[in-house]
Formats: sequence, C-alpha cells, structure tokens
Amino acid sequence: MYKYNEFDAAFLAERNRQFRAQVERRIDGSLTEDEFRPLRLMNGLYLQLHAYMLRVAIPYGTLSSDQMRQLALLAEKWDKGYGHFTTRQNIQYNWPKLPDVPDMLDALAEVGLHAIQTSGNCIRNVTADHFAGAAADELIDPRPVAELLRQWSTDHPEFQFMPRKFKIAITGSPNDRAVVAAHDIGLRAVQKNGEIGFEVLVGGGLGRTPMIGKVINPFVAKEDLLPYLEAIVSTWNMEGRRDNKYKARIKITVHEQGLDTFRAKVEERYAAVRDQFRGYDQKLLAEIEQYFAAPAYRDGDVAAYTTAYNADPVFRAWVDTNLTAHKRADHAIVTISIKAHGKTPGDASAEQMRLMAHLADKYAYGELRISHEQNVILPHVHKSDLPALHKALKAAGLGTANIGLVSDIIACPGMDYCALATARSIPIAQQIATRIDELKIEREVGELKIKISGCINACGHHHVGHIGILGLDRAGVENYQITLGGDHTETAAIGERAGPGFSYDQIVPAIERLITAYLELRTSAEERFIDAYRRVGPAPFKAALYPEAEEKANAA
Amino acid sequence: MARKFTPKVVTANHLLEGDVIYLTADDRWTRNLSEAEMIDDEAHADIRLLFAAAQQSVVVGPYLADVEAGANGPEPTHFREDFRRTGPSNYFHGKQAAKAEA
Repeated sequence: MYKYNEFDAAFLAERNRQFRAQVERRIDGSLTEDEFRPLRLMNGLYLQLHAYMLRVAIPYGTLSSDQMRQLALLAEKWDKGYGHFTTRQNIQYNWPKLPDVPDMLDALAEVGLHAIQTSGNCIRNVTADHFAGAAADELIDPRPVAELLRQWSTDHPEFQFMPRKFKIAITGSPNDRAVVAAHDIGLRAVQKNGEIGFEVLVGGGLGRTPMIGKVINPFVAKEDLLPYLEAIVSTWNMEGRRDNKYKARIKITVHEQGLDTFRAKVEERYAAVRDQFRGYDQKLLAEIEQYFAAPAYRDGDVAAYTTAYNADPVFRAWVDTNLTAHKRADHAIVTISIKAHGKTPGDASAEQMRLMAHLADKYAYGELRISHEQNVILPHVHKSDLPALHKALKAAGLGTANIGLVSDIIACPGMDYCALATARSIPIAQQIATRIDELKIEREVGELKIKISGCINACGHHHVGHIGILGLDRAGVENYQITLGGDHTETAAIGERAGPGFSYDQIVPAIERLITAYLELRTSAEERFIDAYRRVGPAPFKAALYPEAEEKANAA
Repeated sequence: MARKFTPKVVTANHLLEGDVIYLTADDRWTRNLSEAEMIDDEAHADIRLLFAAAQQSVVVGPYLADVEAGANGPEPTHFREDFRRTGPSNYFHGKQAAKAEA
C-alpha cells in the first residue's frame, strides 16, 4: 500500500495548517460565509440538513487496518459513533462541529488520509475496482496508476476552478466493477501486442443527463496516459460551458461538439503537452508500483474450509454470496456486507470498523477496501481462515450473506441528511431489505441490483440499477420513480423509466410486485432479473407495476 | 388583490454546531421551531431575514421557510422542514434526541 513520502506529508500538514487558520478566521468573524464556503468545500466540509458533513477520500478504495482504526476514532471522538461509506469510495461523517474539523483533519493526516478535493469543481477522488490487486480476472492492479492520478490531480494548478467537478474511475479487469462508463473519464486496462495500456472512455455520467462514456481512444500506452489525460481535462477546461452548470460536465461538451470534434481538439492539445512529460511521471509510477507489491501470501492446507463448507449451511450461504475468486486458488476475496437487513446501507459503527481492522490484521495482511457498492472488502484471505473469520463477523452483525442480492442496495443519504435531496432514500432501502427478508425469497431471487437516489443528481446510481428508484418532491410530497434495465458493468446501460411514480407508502409494494413478476416469468433460476428483462422487455413488468392500467386496457 | 402571504419563519444553521436554528420574536436564536417568530407580513419577513443575514458570526444560510399556525406555534408545511426540525429517520439523532434529553 502506498505510504506518504516527505513531500506528501509536508503538503498535507501545510494544507491542514492553512485550513485551521481559515476556520479560526471564520469563527472570529474575519471571513464571511461567502468567503469561507469555497475554502471549506475544498477541504471536504459541507453544511447539510442537520449539521456539517465531512467527506473523507479513500483513494481508489484502499485502506490499511491503521487507517480504518483512525476512521473509527474520528467517528467516536468527533461524531456520533459511526461513519457512512459512499458510492464514491469516500466516508462521510454526518455530525462534526466546525471548531473540531481541523483536529479531525490532523488526525486523518497521521495515517495518510485527507478530505482534499472531495468537493468543488476539481478532479475528485479517483475510484477503482474494489477487488484491485486481488481479483483472478485482472490484467493489472490499477491502483499504482490511480495513486499517480491522485498525486497529479491534487492541487493541480490548472484544474482547481474548472467548469464543474470531474470524476475518474479505473479498472484493471475486463469485468468492470468500477462503473467506469459512468465517469467523466473511465479507464480500462487492455492488452495490445503484449503491451498493457488503457482504453479511455470520456463523457460518461449519471445525474440529470445520464450518459454512457464513449471510447475516445481504444489504446493509450501506459507511459502516454498522464499527458493524454492532461490533454482531455485541459481541453474540456477551456471548452466546457461555464454559462450553465447543468451543461458544464464533459459529457455535455462531448455530446454537443461530437466525439470526433472533441477528439481532434484533444489530439491537438496532446501534441502540445506531450513533451512536458519527460519521464518523471514514469519514474514516479515505478516507485509507486513498489508499494503495491502483493503481500507475502501464506501457504497452507484448505481442508478446514472444505469441511466447514460441507457441514455448516450458514457458512455455505455466506461463502456462496460474499466470496469472489482470488488470483491465488488458496485465497479468497471476502466482501463484508455492511447492509444487514433493515440497517442503513453503507453505515459502520466505530466498533465494527475496529473489528474489521482487527480481522484485516489477523486474516488479510492488514488490507481493506471500500466498494462503490458501499461494502467493505478483505481482499486477501487464506481459505483456511474463512470459518473463523465468518464466525467473528457474524458475532458483530457483519455476517450478512447478501452480496449482489436484493438487500445489497446502494442508497444515497437522501433527505435524511443531504441538503440537495428531494426525498428520502435510506428508509426505502431499509424497508425493501426488511420485506425481502420476511418473504424468505432473497436467495431464490438471486442477483438483483437495486439502487436508490434521493434526487436527480443520482449519487445512488439509480440509472444503472437493474431496478432504479429516484426520489422526487412532487407538489410537496415524496414520490418515487422506477427505472428498469440499467446495468453498471462492462455492458453498461441506462435504465428506462417504467411510468408514473409511487408514493412513499406504495414504493415498497411496487418493488415487491416487480420481484414477484420476475419470479413468475423467468425461464429458470439461472436467468437473472436483468436477463429476463432483456428477453421480455418492459411490458410484463409495467403490467405488474400498474395493475389498474392493465385492467382498464383489458376492459376496453 | 395581492396573493395571500404564506406565513414564514426565519431559519438557518448555527455556525459552530451546524444544527438547525430559528429566529424568535425577541431576536434570539432557538433550536425549537415552536418558539420561532411566525411572520404573517411579507415586508416584515424581509426585514427579519436581513436582520438574520447580518449575523454572520452566528448563523449560516438564513432563509424564510413556509409554516402554518399550530396548537404549539408554527408547524412546517413541507416535509423537508419537518425533517429539519426533527432529525434523520434512520437513527434517533439530531433534534428529536436533543428534545428527549431536555
């Protein structure tokens, strides 16, 4: 894992010192809110519905056990004993007090974490495949490149006041777990004639104008990547619309100008900037790569795992849903669900964070990951340790076997916390999970991605959910629109709106009707919800959602 | 004839704590909506908002929120203001907890 060098540490200490002075000046009245607001946002501090909110970046979703323990400390010392992991691989604290925030940032700096550029019109936290460095299917570990991008984009003088925010995601695997097509820039490692490079997508994004990213370049060699990205961002920085913030994102620029025109401008810019990168970035990347060497995997017999798998149905259920193939046959990637039925998706208490840190030390070489799906991952666990690990997790309420299933819901904070929200998200997720648990059909239903956003900005990724739910304010009442057929993987697709929205009380029964309809029409248990939707189209699902309309049509 | 004015309260977030506060008739800031000054007159609302906006060292982002008269003072007319005066629905945190302690 990356360790800060002297430069990183000095930079962060200076930045935190500056922000401490800015907070002091705000409190003593020397700074107005209009002056202070951009400064606090640059340091991840928002003012939300009930309180301030501090958004801390977890670069490319990677945490050490010490970092996780420090996140627990912040939750306990300066918040209400928990933190909320987000779809952007960040953690948010919902209740900090302004005078405490400089101390929180100093505490984060002790373990090499920060909240810089988690807001504002700059390049945000670079996100990555949460199984990076461990997955059996990956070409390369994308995290060294992600760390290079973090260093390049942090305080980049040209990219601090852009038309709008800018998000980059990267995957080293052909199976996209980082939703790269829904980012301003998406990077996919590819191989050409034995050489590793990147397919570069541009102009993806969700929000009020959802778009799937387009391939601007099918292969950019590793050593050309940074200048190429610099060319894209600086082209958009000049071309992007500053007259209308709803048309400012790069997806609109690319859409309005056309991909070919935009590509030509990027190529021109690339020709101008390429020579400014004289290989120092590659030297730095080589240094960074050393930090991401695989742990010294232990060997050992996996008989204990096989025995437990055959003997214990609870363990078996957890293994079947929460484990992913590791690049070593005797290891596994473990996803810890922080979505127990009825709980808030993505929330972990300080005790749970400490336990996960402890278990990472004991069984996973001290490493953890945070997924955009709001779960925690132990990327390298020897299979013989799985029974003991599962037992420890279960005892702490962390043993839920629901990864990829109905209750593994992405939900943004919604109107329970967020000042931008137009409706609540969390209680909808809680109720759907509770209901599916009561019905005892979750495993029968199988893979089904439900994603909920509490406003059009789509932090809850509803556009790419198999079932998406968007909460709106309709004439002063919460109203929930359903989209169907979205896909967040390498075959990314935007879901289609099913029809009129549902009230707060009617949305959960509506989702239940969708699930029941799916179970009735699927050809076999192997046909997932999304497969069935693609086969039969929206009609049977709309009929299930709107039975009155169906009756009327039949009567006519 | 002019449109009927929907009654208002002045609300904001506290600079240090960040929590929701309301302006009272005697120029204090309260954490309890029922103690807020209910404003029935548009011109008076503007004056009270200016008064609040001048208190940069106490409050952040003051604005006028719609209310209606209730048995115990002003009541919110929109669910957003109802959440603001209560706290989140997933945990017993925020104002609802403060009230229980009081």
